[in-house]
Amino acid sequence: MSIPADLKYTKSHEWAKLNADGTVTVGITHHAQDLLGDMVFVETPAVGRKLNAGEECAVVESVKAASDVYAPIAGEVVAANAAVEAAPEAINKDAHAAWMFTLKPDNAADLDSLLDAAAYQALVESEAH
Amino acid sequence: MLKQTPLSAAHRAMGAKMVDFGGWDMPVSYGSQIDEHHQVRSDAGMFDVCHMLVVDVNGADVRGFLRNLVANNVDKLKVPGKALYSCMLNPQGGVIDDLIIYFMTEDWFRIVVNAGTAEKDVAWMQKQAQGRGLTITPRRDLAMIAVQGPNARARVWMAIPGAQAVTEAVKPFNAVEFQQYFIARTGYTGEDGFEVILPAAEAQAFWHLLATLGVKPIGLGARDTLRLEAGMNLYGQDMDETTSPLESGLAWTVDLHSGRDFIGKAALQARDINHQLVGLVLLDKGVLRAHQPVHTKHGVGEITSGTFSPTLQQSIALARIPLGIAPGAEVEVEIRDRKRKAKVVSYPFARNGKALV
Repeated sequence: MSIPADLKYTKSHEWAKLNADGTVTVGITHHAQDLLGDMVFVETPAVGRKLNAGEECAVVESVKAASDVYAPIAGEVVAANAAVEAAPEAINKDAHAAWMFTLKPDNAADLDSLLDAAAYQALVESEAH
Repeated sequence: MLKQTPLSAAHRAMGAKMVDFGGWDMPVSYGSQIDEHHQVRSDAGMFDVCHMLVVDVNGADVRGFLRNLVANNVDKLKVPGKALYSCMLNPQGGVIDDLIIYFMTEDWFRIVVNAGTAEKDVAWMQKQAQGRGLTITPRRDLAMIAVQGPNARARVWMAIPGAQAVTEAVKPFNAVEFQQYFIARTGYTGEDGFEVILPAAEAQAFWHLLATLGVKPIGLGARDTLRLEAGMNLYGQDMDETTSPLESGLAWTVDLHSGRDFIGKAALQARDINHQLVGLVLLDKGVLRAHQPVHTKHGVGEITSGTFSPTLQQSIALARIPLGIAPGAEVEVEIRDRKRKAKVVSYPFARNGKALV
């Protein structure tokens, strides 16, 4: 189980990474892709779209099931990863590298409300029981 | 407490991801369900189908009982070992279950029914059998392992010495008994292969032996994509007690033309037919799923089963739509409030490793 310490996590299994320029990159976690299985379709949000925290903004579909992806914090979409739409299996190979979109946060301090790696690990373990 | 098959421990030992499948503890995948799918299409894979139930019906007039019980005509079964696919209907013409009937002798027919409907099926059979002097025996003492793929039969022959001589000439949809094995050339993937019924106590050893011969374990995830590519109906999705087999792509299994009466026949004859089951191939991006609305020029229908097809590399579905929409027509499927283009096609979508659409 891979839960990098430099990322923040949501209860809905997104990861968020604070970049040096103050933007935040978002993807789904290793645990989420493991639950969903082979990815076959990804839809990322449009650049320029303004998102509220917790808003549905992207979709990942495995052979098995469709799953919504939620914005971890509020902000404006400044980049979307076309490569992951073209090759959804990249999420299975390395979920923490296969990012989906980047946000310019309304308030960078909102990241503090997300889970750290230890808290996310505890969440994953509690869901396994 | 989930019901376990004789292979539950073996699945865990082989790294399976287990799920609650209708009350059964079953493997969904052992890693990549797409890899498992291709394994069956190109080589050989094995499926734990012990959750399905073998029911033996014995007595002097089993044939007479089955003539009344099921919609297909058991009089097509003339040669011992021959199998028949049929629906068992309720008096309203809805589908209680779809099943396979093997004719062994005039006083022994073997039926294989779905896991989720097994108890309901047995109760219904027992009710219909009253006063006929028959014995209906659920065989939870038996295990069932399906081995499917172009190399499946050869691997089974390696696993069961002597089996080749007695099963090589067995035609598709026929079965033969050999030692403690009941070996049927049936399956649910569109590939060649066997469904092997054997004593439950032997199941684990047989499973591990097949694994050492290169037969990979395949989970329920790949079983579903394989069967959908093969255009095979799934009970509870493509048909159920509220749907007519005539609107579920199963008219070919319903014998309305012989003089024989059967449960549900009168209701089927009295009902109007307004829908048909068709194949869909998604032309836009996305994945078709059960219950998505399908908009056609003759009205709205619904997807009954949908998935991503590993063989076609695009999404496919079975859908129940209004009559009068022919293969080649374009329709629109509502996926999360957006309409996506799909093409109506005849199914199966794939057979014997090859794409057909």
